[in-house]
Amino acid sequence: MTSANVRQIVIDIISDIAPDEDVTNLDDKVSLREQLDLDSMDFLDIVMELRKRHKVEVPQEDYPKLATLESCVVYLSPKFA
Amino acid sequence: MSYDAIVIGAGMSGLAAGIRLAMFDKKVVILEKHSIPGGLNSYYQRRNFQKGGVRQFDVGLHALTNFIKKGEKGKPFSKLLKQLRLSYDDFKLCPQTYSKIVFPNIELKFSNDFELLCSEVVEKFPKEKDHFFNLVEKVKSFNELDLGLGYQSSREVLKTLISDDLLIEMLICPLLIYGSAWEDDMDFAQFVIMFKSLYFEGFSRPQGGVRTIISLLMKKLEELGAEVRFKASVNSIITRDGRAVGVDVGGEEILAPVILSSIGYPETCRLTPELADKVSPRVGAMTFLESIFVFDKKILPAQNDSTIIFYNNNKKYNYRPAINYFDESSAVVCFPDNYEMNQSQGEGTVRVTYMANYQQWRDLERNHYEDKKELVGQSALNLVKKLSPGFEGELLFKDIFSPLTIERYTWHLNGTVYGSIDKTRDGSTPISGLYIIGTDQGFLGIVGSILSGISLANLHGLMGAEG
Ligand SMILES: Cc1cc2nc3c(=O)[nH]c(=O)nc-3n(C[C@H](O)[C@H](O)[C@H](O)COP(=O)(O)OP(=O)(O)OC[C@H]3O[C@@H](n4cnc5c(N)ncnc54)[C@H](O)[C@@H]3O)c2cc1C
Repeated sequence: MTSANVRQIVIDIISDIAPDEDVTNLDDKVSLREQLDLDSMDFLDIVMELRKRHKVEVPQEDYPKLATLESCVVYLSPKFA
Repeated sequence: MSYDAIVIGAGMSGLAAGIRLAMFDKKVVILEKHSIPGGLNSYYQRRNFQKGGVRQFDVGLHALTNFIKKGEKGKPFSKLLKQLRLSYDDFKLCPQTYSKIVFPNIELKFSNDFELLCSEVVEKFPKEKDHFFNLVEKVKSFNELDLGLGYQSSREVLKTLISDDLLIEMLICPLLIYGSAWEDDMDFAQFVIMFKSLYFEGFSRPQGGVRTIISLLMKKLEELGAEVRFKASVNSIITRDGRAVGVDVGGEEILAPVILSSIGYPETCRLTPELADKVSPRVGAMTFLESIFVFDKKILPAQNDSTIIFYNNNKKYNYRPAINYFDESSAVVCFPDNYEMNQSQGEGTVRVTYMANYQQWRDLERNHYEDKKELVGQSALNLVKKLSPGFEGELLFKDIFSPLTIERYTWHLNGTVYGSIDKTRDGSTPISGLYIIGTDQGFLGIVGSILSGISLANLHGLMGAEG
């Protein structure tokens, strides 16, 4: 799976859990929390959706690795391989 | 039968917890003793003798707190929507006009625009202006969601900030009666939660009342395939070596490693001998009487256009069990017709809440019980007339329920509405796998208990279950 695919997977999940957010112009290097109204409960939902839709597990200590779109792609890509 | 999780109680917190667990494919069952959902905020109907058919009533709904406008972010209500994947429009919220705190010779109005309360305080307590804004800053910067906080007296904190006792009394009055398990005072974290929910955010009412909320939650559960069983009374919670393993429902054993109980902390202890050996949370004393009146017409705006009146006829606000069955010197009076978007035609409804005294009501003989309720109704009706000068509606129907009614239909010991005075803020108990959600986790009211169910299901049902 390409980086672009993984990036899109994350964006799709975010737009499902926070339907009011505009996800079209996100800066990959800036933390998602700064750009969107996401709190820790929403990050839990991202993790839960990754598991539910893609059988990808993110242990709690790795949540910080989901901070930016770029770090998401780096961290998640091997899990999708 | 075995499940990933069992939720005890289909009140607001239990329904919300069930949704969260089912959303992520946990096998969950909600067990409810009553025949319908809702718990302390359920619904009922009574025959309409004038016109035939039935009239619909809510058990508890005066106001949905934590009002937000569509699209507002980062607020408790927006979190609730996101976590349960519900849409704002489905709630059909009708905002309040304004509400007021009425003390002898003085009143303070507030609305869904916090500026109104600010200007009222500045106008009526000019010397307290800076003090009030210091309090507002303190409330804003306080992290009330820190689950590790201990009890701190709100009155003590308020005294360090505000000099005029009357202002303290007036500000704390609605917050106490809309959410304090403690007599005459409340935990400061709870004060902050309530201050934000009532004064910063405000009130609305879903069109259709509490049924609108309950049916949204029930529909969601159904879509997710969660199981809800009614008339399923949990007789005991089964434990083994300090771990919860399941429950007994009418002789049937249902097993699960995670049990979320919304029935109250002392009530949960009663069902769990191993827990009762370790803790004895106290039953709170605050319980209420609710009178509901239906008139042949609505109160006109010129007679009274406010949505909720927090009425107090004493110098101080006494928030404690009534000395003599019920305390008519203070009340909450709710005018559900004064939410915006309601029609001006048709019958009018008013609800009056008095503080009560559970022990006295329990000790009454049956025939005296009805007489006493009649007195409550008379007193409440006089208050409605006093607060709506010129209103001459004909009374078509009245219903009064007592602490005994609350106890009979929700099984909360002593008919308490705000639960135990010993909260377990992170929901944990000395029994692993057994967690308290809702009122006795410390988050109450409709929005609070829903958020409690959500966050504890997240913490112990979803995150705890990982890896
Ligand atoms: C008169 C009144 C007015 C109110 N007004 C408002 C208001 O205007 N706004 C607001 O936000 N809040 C209001 N409230 C408070 C609000 O209703 C509660 O805070 C909230 O509903 C509590 O929800 P909960 O899930 O914590 O508990 P509950 O609703 O008590 O849920 C517990 C459930 O467990 C069930 N149960 C008990 N024992 C067992 C057993 N052994 N087995 C299985 N099930 C069991 C009960 O039947 C109940 O359904 C009011 C309450 C009352 C009584």
